[in-house]
Amino acid sequence: MDELRFWRNVVVKAALLFALVNAAFALADPLPLLGQVSAYNVLFPGRPRFPFGETPERAFNFSLYNFNAMWAAHELTGAHKAPDEFRVLLIGDSSVWGTLLRPEETLAGQLNAGGYRLADGRRLRAFNLGYPTMSLTKDLLVLDRARRYEPDLVVWLVTLESFPRATQFASPLVRQNAPLVRDLIARLDLRLDPQHPDLAEPDWWARTLVGQRRNLADLLRLQLYGVAWAATGIDQFYPETYTPRANDLEADETYYGFAPPRFPPDALAFDLLAAGHVLVGEVPLLVINEPMFISNGRNSDIRYNFYYPRWAYDEYRRALAAEAERNGWRYLDLWDFITRDEFTNTAVHLSPRGSAQLAQRVLQEIFDLMQK
Amino acid sequence: MSLTQLLILAGVALLARGLAGGRYRRAAIPIVSILALYWLQPAVPIRQLDFWLPTVTIGLTTFTWALTRPAPGLPLERETLMWGGAVAGLVLAVSALRYVEPVCCLTPSRPPEAWWAALVLAGIALLAALGARFVAGRWRVLLFAVFGLIGLLIVLKLEPLGQAASAALRSLTGQSPALATAADLQWLGISYVAFRLMHTLRDRAAGRLPALSLHEYAAYVLFFPAITAGPIDRAERFVKDLRSELRADANDLTEGGRRLLLGLFKKFVVADSLSLFALNAFNAAQAESAVWLWVLVYAYAFRIYFDFAGYTDVAIGLGRWLGVRLPENFDRPYLKPNLTAFWNSWHITLAQWFRAYYFNPLTRALRERGVSPVLIIFFGQTTTMVLIGLWHGFTWNFVLWGLWHGLGLFVHNRWLDWSRGRFPLLERNAAARRAWEVAGVLLTFHFVTLGWVWFALPELSLSLAVFSRLFGGG
Repeated sequence: MDELRFWRNVVVKAALLFALVNAAFALADPLPLLGQVSAYNVLFPGRPRFPFGETPERAFNFSLYNFNAMWAAHELTGAHKAPDEFRVLLIGDSSVWGTLLRPEETLAGQLNAGGYRLADGRRLRAFNLGYPTMSLTKDLLVLDRARRYEPDLVVWLVTLESFPRATQFASPLVRQNAPLVRDLIARLDLRLDPQHPDLAEPDWWARTLVGQRRNLADLLRLQLYGVAWAATGIDQFYPETYTPRANDLEADETYYGFAPPRFPPDALAFDLLAAGHVLVGEVPLLVINEPMFISNGRNSDIRYNFYYPRWAYDEYRRALAAEAERNGWRYLDLWDFITRDEFTNTAVHLSPRGSAQLAQRVLQEIFDLMQK
Repeated sequence: MSLTQLLILAGVALLARGLAGGRYRRAAIPIVSILALYWLQPAVPIRQLDFWLPTVTIGLTTFTWALTRPAPGLPLERETLMWGGAVAGLVLAVSALRYVEPVCCLTPSRPPEAWWAALVLAGIALLAALGARFVAGRWRVLLFAVFGLIGLLIVLKLEPLGQAASAALRSLTGQSPALATAADLQWLGISYVAFRLMHTLRDRAAGRLPALSLHEYAAYVLFFPAITAGPIDRAERFVKDLRSELRADANDLTEGGRRLLLGLFKKFVVADSLSLFALNAFNAAQAESAVWLWVLVYAYAFRIYFDFAGYTDVAIGLGRWLGVRLPENFDRPYLKPNLTAFWNSWHITLAQWFRAYYFNPLTRALRERGVSPVLIIFFGQTTTMVLIGLWHGFTWNFVLWGLWHGLGLFVHNRWLDWSRGRFPLLERNAAARRAWEVAGVLLTFHFVTLGWVWFALPELSLSLAVFSRLFGGG
């Protein structure tokens, strides 16, 4: 009888505590705040690129969507800006983040490697703010936060895949940070639907401690992997072999359901690029149409590569150049700048040599820009 | 074992305790243990082997029980026949789940046809009956059984033999032997089961084993809280708990619950967190500096402790709920001032097993042959520790880990002998004694931690490279 009473009391108290803790967690929503607490840049060095990856046990890195935690882990957050520093922030997709590239081989790494100085003596220091999904909204999200870090120049590398309005919320980073995206939409008056189902708020249960246990565990894991990152300098899994980008292509002329010869009006979100210019204000912003692989294989007369039918890409390039011209943007089109052999596993991922070539070209543009 | 599996087993343990005030506990323990054997067995790539391995464990247990029967030659008791029938029924039920789509299966893959299981069970029953009738208790037979179990462990832990066994099994099931690896034979709990069986065989030969019924014997050998990571209890102690009435004691529940929660925290929070950056074959080769390499090695030292001690706490907690007080396996080992004290507090039951069945008989035999005491200690300690190393796996790294500790124990033994009476200050001054003890704790901890470099890594060359880099080498 005593035992029964004991267990009844245990169960009742445990249930009450469980309900209370979960309710308090859902009400307080402490994850954004907890995301700011980080051992990076304190106990171990900040990461040179955002946390991302699917093989954490090999990469000592993984994808999490707590925006504050991502930033807190980045070296930029802990980087004191020296008086003679010329700070360049690089924004874009996985080609900027550097899939299959070591940190020093990425565009940012290559720009930093030379210890370059501008004509006025300022030392160029580039930061990699690329993130491996293609969406201008995602880039805007990053750019919005990046402004806090006193950039002297923002370089935004884009490609057509980031532009379709219909896929702006496809990036998990965007979907998992819906309040930030809605705020951005409202502040910049973006032509995006803040009520889109992809931006739905989590329900009550999903906000409880039980519902958020994975996100909470991810915060802890990010800190723990920091030790392995600090010890090895590895933040990505580098397979010995990989499947190279496709050279033989499907005979498919459609692009997200669009057919030649033209995109319908408003299909591509050029207004987001314009919003980026509003966001940075006086800080110079250089838009680069990033290099891509141009196939010479089967059906290469129809498509440039796995991503793009020729008509769509040509149309995009023409429209982007026209937008840049009309708005007076600093714009550099490097779509065919890198030779075929320097692309690795996708049509936009560069080899170390390709990345170095791109860095030299970007560097030249930065010098030109700063001299004007 | 996953967290979900542990929580389900905890629920089952509570249920077994709660059912009719624990009246059915003695029956529930072996039944649940047998079912847990199948349920916890990891998936293996050889067809239906995840059913046959637990079945063989049950067969080995039954056969060994028959050999250790206290009254050889007597017909099997009614209770034994009932229990044998119940176990066979359970195994057949597990096999028959292949026909019950919604609940298939308890095993990771679909079990074989029930008639196959029935055939094998009949073979086990026949062997056990013959063993019990004609050879039970015979010294040579018991010894032969011990060597048989050692041979089985060697096959499982020595890679070429494991691979050959896997290839043979693959051929039997029509799978390609070319794909065989030793890792195919992941046999749940066999290291612990084999050591419990050897303990009973050896004690039976020495006339020390109490009379155990089949269900008591099965409960002891297959006790589900301790099947994957020990501790290795002694049969006579276990059975005393099993036979005693379960008292309605809230302390048992709270203490059991406390150990369970503590164990879950140690394993799933601390150990699993440390495992994200603890030394392993991948990060050992990548670490960029000696300082960070030390961090990885320290992380491994704490990870292995919390992992193992966590599982032990869970086992002890569940055991307590079931009215079985399993022995402690860890007693703050990293706070011990010397290596001998460390080995009296790390994996205590395994060390005791080796002391009882290897070290003590060996040193006794050597003493009787007039071998010098120093040589006896040297040979006894190094070979014991090498055997403990080999128990983890037949690799050079485990041999070196064993040697590392064996030599460490020998050096400590000699130091004790040499230093006796040489440091009067330590006897007079408490502060000096305390400082000496702290230095001993630090030294022992670092000796053990460096020993993990052999244990944690799969290759000798990698361990040597890590040692070199830890001390500033290239």
